[in-house]
Amino acid sequence: MKNFLVARLLQAGIVSVAVGALCFILMRVLPGDAAMRIAAGRYGPDARIADAAEKVRLELGLDRPIAMQFLEWLGSLARFDLGHSLVTGRAVAHELQVQLGASVWLAAAALVLSLLIGPIVGLFGGLKPGGAADRLGLMGAVIFRAIPPFVLGLILMLVFSRQLGWLPPAGFGSPREILLPALTLALGLAAMSSRVTRNAVAAVAQAPYFAFARYKGLSEPIVVRRHGLRNAAIPVVSYLGLQAIYLIEGVVVVESLFAYPGIGHALVHAIVERDIPMVQGTALMMGLMFVAIGAAVDLLTLWLDPRTGKTV
Amino acid sequence: MSTIDNMTSTRARTGVGTARLAGAGLLILLGGFALLGPLVISSDPSAQDLGASLAPIGGDYLLGADHYGRSLLARLAHGARLSFGMAFLTMLAAAVPGILLGLAAAWKGGWAERMLEFVATVVLALPGLMLVLLLLAFSPGDYGPLFLGLSLTLWVEFYRLTKATTRTVLAQPHIEAARMLGFGSRYILVHYVLPVIGPMIATLSAFAMATAIIAVSTLSAISVGLQPPTPELGSMIVELLPYFAEAPVHVLLPAVLIFLLVLGLQLLAQGDRA
Repeated sequence: MKNFLVARLLQAGIVSVAVGALCFILMRVLPGDAAMRIAAGRYGPDARIADAAEKVRLELGLDRPIAMQFLEWLGSLARFDLGHSLVTGRAVAHELQVQLGASVWLAAAALVLSLLIGPIVGLFGGLKPGGAADRLGLMGAVIFRAIPPFVLGLILMLVFSRQLGWLPPAGFGSPREILLPALTLALGLAAMSSRVTRNAVAAVAQAPYFAFARYKGLSEPIVVRRHGLRNAAIPVVSYLGLQAIYLIEGVVVVESLFAYPGIGHALVHAIVERDIPMVQGTALMMGLMFVAIGAAVDLLTLWLDPRTGKTV
Repeated sequence: MSTIDNMTSTRARTGVGTARLAGAGLLILLGGFALLGPLVISSDPSAQDLGASLAPIGGDYLLGADHYGRSLLARLAHGARLSFGMAFLTMLAAAVPGILLGLAAAWKGGWAERMLEFVATVVLALPGLMLVLLLLAFSPGDYGPLFLGLSLTLWVEFYRLTKATTRTVLAQPHIEAARMLGFGSRYILVHYVLPVIGPMIATLSAFAMATAIIAVSTLSAISVGLQPPTPELGSMIVELLPYFAEAPVHVLLPAVLIFLLVLGLQLLAQGDRA
């Protein structure tokens, strides 16, 4: 158990250093004058843009030597001081607080929805391998896996908000707005987890201990509940760790698509606007979210299957 | 961007299934369209004719025209070539170093392997798309960082698969027997290692290409990848989206093309064992 945590802490450290270093190099090598672009973004490009750019340069300290800036950079990262957005001028940490909440809600909603869809489809397929439900599930999984999340999002948007008019196509605030982006992610996640569940259930249903539980006279629901579900859940849960990649990447894409004010949306905006402190802050948060999901999956796997803790 | 997860649930089964054949057939058709299309279709994918804006399908333009009156058929053919080309080059740039380093690590071990393991851990610490996004921040809209970022994330899987498989093969008694009979490393590599890792590498390559196609189109759709004048399938969808009411099929065509490309590659890679 300690090994898991040490490995995850190490991963978090690697994420922070990698993101910090990349962003600093980014700051150094970006072509063009950052001060000029920030000034244009803030005040609009007009005749007095050069004066405005000078003021921005002094204000943000973009004129100091590179070595000094780098030392300061690493120091502030170690103190969790993420600096101020070059565009809005507000503290990055402050902006992240709001966005992180939105993104966590989206990711959680997507995960819950996917767990409602995927494992249930998989359970029906796995209990009768080769049956109609199994083949239907396979077809759905193949199709949904081949649709990139942004295309799936667009299709859902067109169907549910344009044609049917049931749900808003974009925005934030009420559960109605979170539904479409979450469903987009959930369908992609469920396409993968349904097959893993199906294989796990099929394997458990054929296992000797499952047959023995029946022979000793337990009723069918008890057999499934006490000997089936937990064993079948092990691969599904550990597979969630791999799905975290899809989830985090999907959050970036889907948030941009649905104009959902989360961290992924902010990251894409910051890249377009060359707002490097925001790029760093948002990338760091997404990376740490990835690590956190991994750690949660580790703990859950340990709880479901205590053997994993002993062998490590 | 996650190729490994597609492989965990799957185990090799012998024989060529119908799904695999269907995937191969689909890819041959699409590959033909991507390779021959730009040569056969004479019209320029960026030639505008504002009089033919959103021309319907089947008129002067076989598949219609977009909002600037550019031939959709030509743009789709060039877009398919771009997607295929980028995916193929990315896959090569990931597979070649991945396989060579994996073989070296399994063969030699030692500090070189530990360093490679560390690099792989660093790359895998972040989701692949995040790394590509961070590199794209250096110069949004360029091929360079896109290509570099994708190959940088994808080589790890080739490396890990090659290393793990080669190691188990090398530990088997018949390899030891071959060594004691005096066969060289080259013979062992060609006759014992390559036949085992070959099919696995082929599967992984198809997954890697599917991943690259999704990533390239996704990134240009969220406007940090290749930029609009380029006939890229993802950006074509987003460009045409405002005209969905007038020309719904036009919007769906590039989406269907991406779907078929990815579907073909995934079917080819995993066959019936989804």
